[in-house]
Amino acid sequence: MSIDLKTIKHISKLSRISVDEKKAEKLAGDLNSIFDFIEKLNELKTDNVEPLTSIAETTLKLRSDEVKSKNLRDQVIKNSPKENEDYFVVPKVIE
Amino acid sequence: MSDITKQALSELVENIKSKKLSSSEVTKAFVERSEKSKELNAYITEDYANALNKAKKFDEKPNLDLKLPGIPMAVKDLFCTRDLRTTAGSKILNNFVPTYESTVTQNIWNEGAILMGKLNCDEFAMGSSNETSFFGNVQNPIDKNLVPGGSSGGSSSAVAAQLTPITIGTDTGGSIRQPASFTGTVGLKPTYGSCSRYGIVAFASSLDQAGPMAQNVKDCALLQEVISTYDEKDSTSIDFKRNKYSKELTKDIKGKKIGIPKEYRVDGMPKEIEDLWTKGIEYAKDCGAEIIDISLPHTNYALPTYYIVAPAEASSNLARYDGVKYGFRAEGENLIDMYEKTRSEGFGAEVQRRIMIGTYVLSSGYYDAYYLKAQKVRKLIKNDFDDAYKKVDAILTPSTPSSAFKIGEKTNDPVSMYLNDIFTVPVNLAGLPGISIPAGHDAKGYPLGLQIIGKAFDEQNILNIAYAMEEKIDFKNNITDWWIK
Repeated sequence: MSIDLKTIKHISKLSRISVDEKKAEKLAGDLNSIFDFIEKLNELKTDNVEPLTSIAETTLKLRSDEVKSKNLRDQVIKNSPKENEDYFVVPKVIE
Repeated sequence: MSDITKQALSELVENIKSKKLSSSEVTKAFVERSEKSKELNAYITEDYANALNKAKKFDEKPNLDLKLPGIPMAVKDLFCTRDLRTTAGSKILNNFVPTYESTVTQNIWNEGAILMGKLNCDEFAMGSSNETSFFGNVQNPIDKNLVPGGSSGGSSSAVAAQLTPITIGTDTGGSIRQPASFTGTVGLKPTYGSCSRYGIVAFASSLDQAGPMAQNVKDCALLQEVISTYDEKDSTSIDFKRNKYSKELTKDIKGKKIGIPKEYRVDGMPKEIEDLWTKGIEYAKDCGAEIIDISLPHTNYALPTYYIVAPAEASSNLARYDGVKYGFRAEGENLIDMYEKTRSEGFGAEVQRRIMIGTYVLSSGYYDAYYLKAQKVRKLIKNDFDDAYKKVDAILTPSTPSSAFKIGEKTNDPVSMYLNDIFTVPVNLAGLPGISIPAGHDAKGYPLGLQIIGKAFDEQNILNIAYAMEEKIDFKNNITDWWIK
């Protein structure tokens, strides 16, 4: 398989990571060598194998639905790069 | 007391308990040695003044019943520490100061230990050499310009150089065991669900585990006893009966069945590793263990599986870094532009690479071919171990396919870097515990490690085997303090 520049641009858009031409070319090279390595899995027949979705074979514990931590507004907002009173500030979204 | 920093954890605990040493004396000694060791670049954030204050407070009213009374400790910078910057080795978290504490570190402070600072690591724990850190390379105290392994490279360097008596790391594909092997130290990756993941910066949530890194097995057992607790704040934390790992530690492993998997004899494995393994088998026999040949037929498929599962989970976990709620933000013309520039400037090359792989394998049209396939192979890998454990109590392998390499040697070839984790990755995929102990040196004098893999929740057994073998191996780390002028 081969990942071309168009695919790299598409993945970068999905990943919300901007890439310029030079970076795209480097990424295409790297990803191709990694996927060549990953292709090894195709040697295995897995039609009748159940996928492993959780390594801990326990059912999730239930807990009572009660508030345990409250009044965390200041803590939640403390690390924001830009805020205004109780709100996170982002670039204008609606014209 | 001659050289405090040369003492291992258990010795320091004993000396503080018997009042031969105060916490202040011990903390001062490790802070001074850390300050003289800046060239190793083991720390990202130092918190020495606070540590000395806390030690003073401890000495005023010492509680000597605790397990880590007044013991100073630096920890990997992947654990959130309240009011102390936590970066995960990334520019994107360069200014992040948590308002809460990880469960694992809280458990450590509850037993009387004192935080000295945060240790360097690969960015978001993605790396095997500590070279992906935004905060620069870490030196291995074994030799100049040698990598300390990764991702817990600051942790392994700091323990080997005795800047901290003991530490904790995290292990997603080998990030505790491989650096331990590269630095002649002991590192335990516990069973998935043994240590809470609450407050640990997430990489791949079905694989991540915290664990102790120490100078010897006894210290490792003591710290495991402290950090392993059931935690309702982590939905994958498992409520099982935990041993008193340090109290129940024994060298009596007579009759234990230890498996030797033939598939770990990989192509191109250096003869030194082969010889080390053979020697390890002899040591285990000397301890009274029974050696049994076993097969783990899907071993060769573990790394390709890992490089689908781990990036897929990482791409999802790292979606939260958007420049809005915390961390670095780059200015953009609009919201999308801001996201894209923030992530492009905030993440390093390896992290971006893995996010892209993960996004690709989860994207429409490719999910079945990659992610679902990997989950199925992961099941086969786990089945291999389940079958093996019908015949044996533990498995013995080398920890790594080589000794530590030079800084820069493998940075241009991601796949050759990934191959470092060939012996450790299957253990994470199967959720099992594994411990690396130093077992010898190569021709260059660099340390080599052996790995003991256990059944799920059977940490006590592999600690015991490691404890017995440690005595037979009688490893001496050759640290010359070359970085201290």
